Amino acid sequence: MSIDTITMLRHGKVHLALHHLRGATTHGGRPLLILHGLGEAAPRTVPTWADNWPGPVAALDFTGHGGSTIPRGGGYTAELLLGDADAALAALTEEDPERSITVVGRGLGAYIALQLAGARAPQVRGAILLDGPGLAGGPTGPTSQSFFSLPASAAPPDPYALVELGRDLRPPDYATLFVRLALAGSDLDEPIAVSSVFRPEWLDAVARELGVLDVPLAEALATYAAV
Amino acid sequence: MLAARDPRRTLGEVKTSRSSDPAAERPVPGAEHPARQYTVDADGVGIAVHEWGEADAPPLLVVHGGFDFARTYDIFAPRLAAGGWRVVGWDQRGHGDSDHPELYSWDADMRDALAVFDHVSPRRPLPVVGHSKGGSLMTQLADAQPFRFTHLVNMDGIPYTRRVPDVAEHERTKMAANEIAGWLDHRRSTATAQRKPGTIEELAARRARMNPRLSIEWLERLVTVGGYESADGWRWKIDPSMRFGGFGPWRPEWTLMRLPGLPMPFLGILGREMEEMGWGTPPDKVLPYLPYDGRCEILEDVGHFVHIERPELVSQIVLDFIGEPPSGGAA
Repeated sequence: MSIDTITMLRHGKVHLALHHLRGATTHGGRPLLILHGLGEAAPRTVPTWADNWPGPVAALDFTGHGGSTIPRGGGYTAELLLGDADAALAALTEEDPERSITVVGRGLGAYIALQLAGARAPQVRGAILLDGPGLAGGPTGPTSQSFFSLPASAAPPDPYALVELGRDLRPPDYATLFVRLALAGSDLDEPIAVSSVFRPEWLDAVARELGVLDVPLAEALATYAAV
Repeated sequence: MLAARDPRRTLGEVKTSRSSDPAAERPVPGAEHPARQYTVDADGVGIAVHEWGEADAPPLLVVHGGFDFARTYDIFAPRLAAGGWRVVGWDQRGHGDSDHPELYSWDADMRDALAVFDHVSPRRPLPVVGHSKGGSLMTQLADAQPFRFTHLVNMDGIPYTRRVPDVAEHERTKMAANEIAGWLDHRRSTATAQRKPGTIEELAARRARMNPRLSIEWLERLVTVGGYESADGWRWKIDPSMRFGGFGPWRPEWTLMRLPGLPMPFLGILGREMEEMGWGTPPDKVLPYLPYDGRCEILEDVGHFVHIERPELVSQIVLDFIGEPPSGGAA
């Protein structure tokens, strides 16, 4: 049975909704954190593909999405969303650096899952990258640019999030930096799994790196559940 | 154990910065309080605008650098205004008297800038002077929206390349790991962070460590216009969630690449002395990237803050470059 209880986290001035889809009381293993794609929101029930995960399952609404704060005047970056995911990591591990999670990201959430795996390598035992909205991201280098204001919206998702996170720069060598960080800081030989069908340039580069599994979702989940 | 709560949707809570008391401003020869101060709305974020000179004179924009604020032009702007210009500066979001929003980014700074452009000179080009980050922002904007500029002056705001330490690859990976973890640790503390309080003299001394070439007299004035006093002392107004440095995919040379194609007259003013708050751009490296109608003044024995170290010289260089103000109150 799925239970959607919500903890509101703080990340700076932003309130983030962390949905506890399956609690620690019934499943004592390592938490699984689900990160949604661009323009989506956290699932309200445990996805069927996560039914066999041997631990709690939680899902985060990123800034400007779902039940989280819609900021005024935009200013989104992938690195801000990394901070969001780090706030969820802190909550799920109760800020104990000895505890860890496994993370699954869809689309934009896959890119953030990769960053989290590199940035907090000892605490992320497995990051699984899936297809989903916002997987491609923006260009890999400088482009001609446009700057324009958008009408405010009190309902999620924030239009600024859709625009700014839909065109964020994703040079492949920046993405692979996080693979190297993950490999250097994790005790797993393969701390990242690419399970997507679509492979934009940054993700193709990631999939070619040492320490990256290239397997379907079910196999990736089984692998990380066993370690 | 985590406490369960009802879901709560929240709109952003913009925090308004605290204004300082004009009577408390430390006087410095040549420094002037702005003639006019007001707020421009940029998508719900209040942007504080400061003006020097006659209200009906042609406008000229000045754009400050990162971790600075418009009042750092208190000496430079009046000298430009004396040339017949209405000099307009603004505090970037999170800086000076502007609001402290939830998010900060280069694109957000750019949109805030456009709100000021549209307020001051809608669809009419004008001369723009930017320092450091302000110069880099304006270089990018001049490439994206050249119709807004008659002239662009960039004062030590031309990024060249990232300073990469000369160490082995695994050491660089370790440094990157520490840098990113340090940034995330900072983000975890920002919900309740406050700037460290102190006396005017203490805050000035702290700033002097970053700006060793500027006089203590000037830095103490900056505290009284860029800080506020509360029961336990003075604090800088800048949003405590902001942090010097950071990381991301952006590369300094990407701004440099926009320079050769700029269509408006361009003037770079660079100090020869490298400083911590500067881009670390060797002046001679910029010369090959100048646009056809561009030139660069390289000032010997001057650091990053060219307009503060040599206000008389630099303001005269700028006034000579942009020429006489047009008649009729518009640039």
